[in-house]
Amino acid sequence: MKLDSALTNSRPPQYRGTKLSTRHLNLFYGPCQALRDITLDIPERAITAIIGPSGCGKSSFLRIFNRMNDLIPGARVEGSVELDGIDIYHRSIDVVELRKRVGMVFQKPNPFPMSVFENVAFGPRRHGRVSRGELQDIVESSLHQAALWEEVKDKLDQSAFDLSGGQQQRLCIARVLAVEPEVILMDEPCSALDPVATLKIEDLMRRLAEKYTIIIVTHNMQQAARASDVSAFLLMEGDICGVLVEHGPTAELFTKPKDRRTEDYITGRFG
Amino acid sequence: MRKRSASIAIARDARTKGLQRRWRVGERVIEGGIFLASLLAIVVLLGIVAVLLRQGLPIFAHTPPWEFLFGTKWYPVSEPPTFGTTTFFVATIWVPVVATVIAVPIGVACAAYLAEVAPSSVRESVKPVIELLAGIPSVVIGFIGLLLLSPLVQSMFNLNTGLSGLAAGIMLSLMSLPIIVSVSEDALRAIPDEFRQAAYALGATRWEVVRHVSIPAALSGISAAIMLGVGRAIGETMTVLMIAGGALAVPVSPTQPMMPMTAAIASGIGNAVRGGPQYQALFAIGLLLFLITLAVNLIADRVLERQKRKFVR
Amino acid sequence: MRTRSNLSRRISQKTAFAVLLTATIAVTAVSLFIIIHIVVRGAAIVDWDFLTQAPTQAGKAGGIFPALVGTFYLMLGTLVIALPIGVLAGIYLSEYAPKNRLTKVINLAIVNLAGVPSIVYGLFGLGVFVLMLNFGMSLLAASLTLACQALAMTITTSREALIAVPAEYRAGSLAVGATRWQTIRHLILPQARPGIVTGAVLAMSRAAGETAPILVVGAAFLMRGLPQSPFDRFMALPYHLYTVAVHIPGMPEDTKWGVALVLLAVVLSFNILATVVRLRARKQRG
Repeated sequence: MKLDSALTNSRPPQYRGTKLSTRHLNLFYGPCQALRDITLDIPERAITAIIGPSGCGKSSFLRIFNRMNDLIPGARVEGSVELDGIDIYHRSIDVVELRKRVGMVFQKPNPFPMSVFENVAFGPRRHGRVSRGELQDIVESSLHQAALWEEVKDKLDQSAFDLSGGQQQRLCIARVLAVEPEVILMDEPCSALDPVATLKIEDLMRRLAEKYTIIIVTHNMQQAARASDVSAFLLMEGDICGVLVEHGPTAELFTKPKDRRTEDYITGRFG
Repeated sequence: MRKRSASIAIARDARTKGLQRRWRVGERVIEGGIFLASLLAIVVLLGIVAVLLRQGLPIFAHTPPWEFLFGTKWYPVSEPPTFGTTTFFVATIWVPVVATVIAVPIGVACAAYLAEVAPSSVRESVKPVIELLAGIPSVVIGFIGLLLLSPLVQSMFNLNTGLSGLAAGIMLSLMSLPIIVSVSEDALRAIPDEFRQAAYALGATRWEVVRHVSIPAALSGISAAIMLGVGRAIGETMTVLMIAGGALAVPVSPTQPMMPMTAAIASGIGNAVRGGPQYQALFAIGLLLFLITLAVNLIADRVLERQKRKFVR
Repeated sequence: MRTRSNLSRRISQKTAFAVLLTATIAVTAVSLFIIIHIVVRGAAIVDWDFLTQAPTQAGKAGGIFPALVGTFYLMLGTLVIALPIGVLAGIYLSEYAPKNRLTKVINLAIVNLAGVPSIVYGLFGLGVFVLMLNFGMSLLAASLTLACQALAMTITTSREALIAVPAEYRAGSLAVGATRWQTIRHLILPQARPGIVTGAVLAMSRAAGETAPILVVGAAFLMRGLPQSPFDRFMALPYHLYTVAVHIPGMPEDTKWGVALVLLAVVLSFNILATVVRLRARKQRG
């Protein structure tokens, strides 16, 4: 697929407010620095793609926003990360509450070993006492939003493992939606899926972007070109440490990259 | 634990209020309990040491340590009583030596067969049987030794009594065997297949691979297995209490009746006056026993750790 | 260097494998012989009355009911004490413990607890539960002693069962804003349940067969009735077997084998139950 035709599907970026922003962000794992001096604004209700070669810290960067890096012993963050102007690394911040607002979908579909229904209901059940009726409403609307309802409405009680890979990934998206987040982080959500399932997820992302702020990490340039409004290009510097090379509206970044390294990477990728 | 009062509506409300830290007192209490429970392992171990020291050390005011360790006279009720434990100590060497001499070759051979030679169907049917053997309580093993083995030993070696270190050692080998087999087998199976493939590629036969590749590569695991087996044999009580013979003379041959340390504690503790010198002496024997098995297990654990790391890349 | 002919190499392989096979057969045969022999000899006397009657004439006549019940009480007591502690400690080590000195010390303590001889647990129980806490020679003191001994096993099996639960479940749960404890309680623990149950059942089986600790802590030689409270003395099968086998002159052979059979049946049936739980869980996971 040619770059230009991929870009025609992409929506022109409409800047709304800024949802998330990092200022001079540094991330360390023990003595190693994984990210250096990253300053970036993530627009609200749009899709931001984080691209770059593998090992450049894309996933680490994504996990900054819901503080999943906290789980890694020795991880340390410097600089500021703000959600709606609130510093999410401030010591008074509740990580659990943060993760309700900033949901995450993983590289490999990771449905829980329970029924389809229980998978979606898992989050709401943890967050408060909900009646069976409310729960049913939440599950149904989440599955609708994840474009999965029609496929699973008759097998809500079946094990989530019986679904196909693409369905499992959409189930994981529904599971996140059920908590009613504001931001959805997606870490290479299609890398384990076939092309048809991938397109379905991209379609879904486009629709979700009307309501949610989405950040997607991808090594697939075509996916970034097709599906994102804004792109940020990360690159390793000195072999270990990720830096932000360039960012901007996806159409501009792909057609008129300002940085030589971006151009090399993109053209290299598209052949 | 679910928050009682919260509902979806309130959860939504909390979102607008912000992201302030919540205390979740219930969860903190549970997590505190979890932490305390994990400390109990240390508490029990230290408790064992403390009890043995507290009840056992006072004997050294009565009997000096060297006399306690190297004296051969154990007369707890004579006047004055003497507490020499060499008799028990020597018996505690004899019995595990017999058990190990029998169990090691058979156990390692069995493990090598199961891990390297046997088809999986044979392995799947033999392993449960060995697990059953591991499950037989020591008092039943002692019972079998008492009724079936000791008459046999008596007639075979033409002894006054079959109740001897030999009989106890033979029965104890049955208790060490399952440990030796399963730990050795695990060590053998943990060896990556590339090693064997490489040897086959050089034209080695299967036996040569077992003999010159697998067993040497698993050697530290096998030695750990042997040490764990020895540890078990040293600490075992009921079997030796029932069939080692219980004689109070320093044994010079395994065919003699003898009383290992564990049996000495078990047979004496019921009659000992609480807090009296015999009682203290038995706790001191317990302390000695604890230290010996601790050393054996620590070494085995070290060796096992090293074996585990060997093939991790 | 002398090259060996293929024939001699093949002969040495045949011989060696025959030796290994013989060892395996010997171990298997002896194990089966012991079990079958006890079953055959014991079956001659074990019947409903033997199981449900109190012993008379110093155990020479009557049944073993109080010993059987006492052993079940001990198993239950051990389970009630050692399982919750084991699971909690297992959760800490698998889910919370940072990689630090303390964690190392805890794990080392567990390894060493597993190797402490049972008679030493008996001394510990005598010193702490019987005397210091003044529980006397009671069911409670014996259960606590056996529970301390079982702790290493329940902690280890719980820890391993929890560690085996895939990390992506934890990530998925945290990512929808579940707390750490909610994740453990509603997602990780249910997954680890078969492993934990296996460990608990094995620990009960061990407690049923242990003799040395209860001998020290004070199992009763003979009791007509059953213990009425945790502070009562008790009979237990393994101690009963020890006394009828060693201490009572003129004990009929059949009775001895009968006691051995019942004890073996209790212990091994729990052992087999543990294996079944483990295998079923493995099959379910596919």
